[in-house]
Amino acid sequence: MTRAFGALLKRDLILVARTPGDYTTPVIFFVVCTTLFSFVAGKDIAVLKSIGPGVIWVSALLASMLSLEGLFRSDYEDGTLEQILTAPAPLPLLVLAKAFAHWISAGVPLLLISPILGILMNLDSHSTAILVVTIAISTPTFSLIGIFGAALVISQKKAGMLLSLLTLPLCVPILIFSVSAVSAAADQLPIGGHLMLLGAFFVFTLTLSPFGTAGALRIMLSN
Amino acid sequence: MLQINNLAGTRGERLLFKNLSFAVNGGELLLIKGRNGAGKTSLLRLICGLATPETGEILWDGESIANIRSEYFHSLVFVGHDNGVNLDLTVQENLHFHQAIKGNPSAHSIPEVLERLGISRYLKVPCRFLSAGQKRRVALGRLAISDARLWLLDEPFTSLDERALDAVKNLIIQHLDQGRLCLATSHQTIDWQDSKVNQIRLGEVS
Repeated sequence: MTRAFGALLKRDLILVARTPGDYTTPVIFFVVCTTLFSFVAGKDIAVLKSIGPGVIWVSALLASMLSLEGLFRSDYEDGTLEQILTAPAPLPLLVLAKAFAHWISAGVPLLLISPILGILMNLDSHSTAILVVTIAISTPTFSLIGIFGAALVISQKKAGMLLSLLTLPLCVPILIFSVSAVSAAADQLPIGGHLMLLGAFFVFTLTLSPFGTAGALRIMLSN
Repeated sequence: MLQINNLAGTRGERLLFKNLSFAVNGGELLLIKGRNGAGKTSLLRLICGLATPETGEILWDGESIANIRSEYFHSLVFVGHDNGVNLDLTVQENLHFHQAIKGNPSAHSIPEVLERLGISRYLKVPCRFLSAGQKRRVALGRLAISDARLWLLDEPFTSLDERALDAVKNLIIQHLDQGRLCLATSHQTIDWQDSKVNQIRLGEVS
């Protein structure tokens, strides 16, 4: 069972390594999008500081959505998904392996670049640290929500817009609490509640998404 | 043993077949015949658990496959219309992956299997650079690297040249000689030597 999990994770990471665009595009988008806002804010450092957490977080959310459409695409088109669905290992476990691989390729690069963008947006060191923590908790949640959406639109070509419509509303609570946590940190307010809620969202999606995604895949492939 | 009882299958709103019953015992090859659109692929997808039948049941060793899903998947290898071969992975990486997710490796190593199928020199070549027939051989290589009892093959001989066709035919005959089962759809006429071969023909349902 764990061998199947490891094999799928390893395979997806090899494929990511062979197609660098899959992980560099979201990072470039994240950096460019955030940087553009810093130009718009002009010389007013206070404006930059107040909109900073929101700008970084919206950019991170949109960047992590970029690679979702391709999550199952090639596996669906070349028949590998049929092999995954007829593997003896529990399908939710294999879905989890794919979500984990997506997070490593799409979420971790955002996590690594976020401190630099925090400094760019004039966040203090404490706020930047909290920004990194919220991205570390929330990007796996995005991957888990996104994988469910990707499974639902698997048979649709050019489903990027539909996928965004399905998944973005589900990400709004995470966005709100993440931005609130960073803003609260900037104002020297307690952030424990925000982080616990973000953790709860993560546990909630970790528990439900693999099963929902597995069910969606079985339904989509049974047609 | 594989037992099919009163199976009905649909594609969209169209009924493809109904009241379909048959059994396949160890050492038997069942050829599923029928013209295009008769439901051969749909039947194989039902049997391999990718789709759920409208009515009827599929029994594996006397148990409904819905109740023993993991054990059943452990016992089968399915080679469908699509090869299940990732073009960015090498031949070896593709087969390693399938061996790992199936979890029941046979005594045959991957290089040995590729040697039998005549593509051993492509072991470390990305599948993107293989021809259609070579990709098909990689897909069929999954059969020999697994110890599964049941092979479900959808048009296995498509794109194969004569030498590869012989190699795959021999793989199937050897599998049957071990008392195992095979279901295949095929339009080709093949000499199955002394193997026990049965046929069903799917047609239009009124």
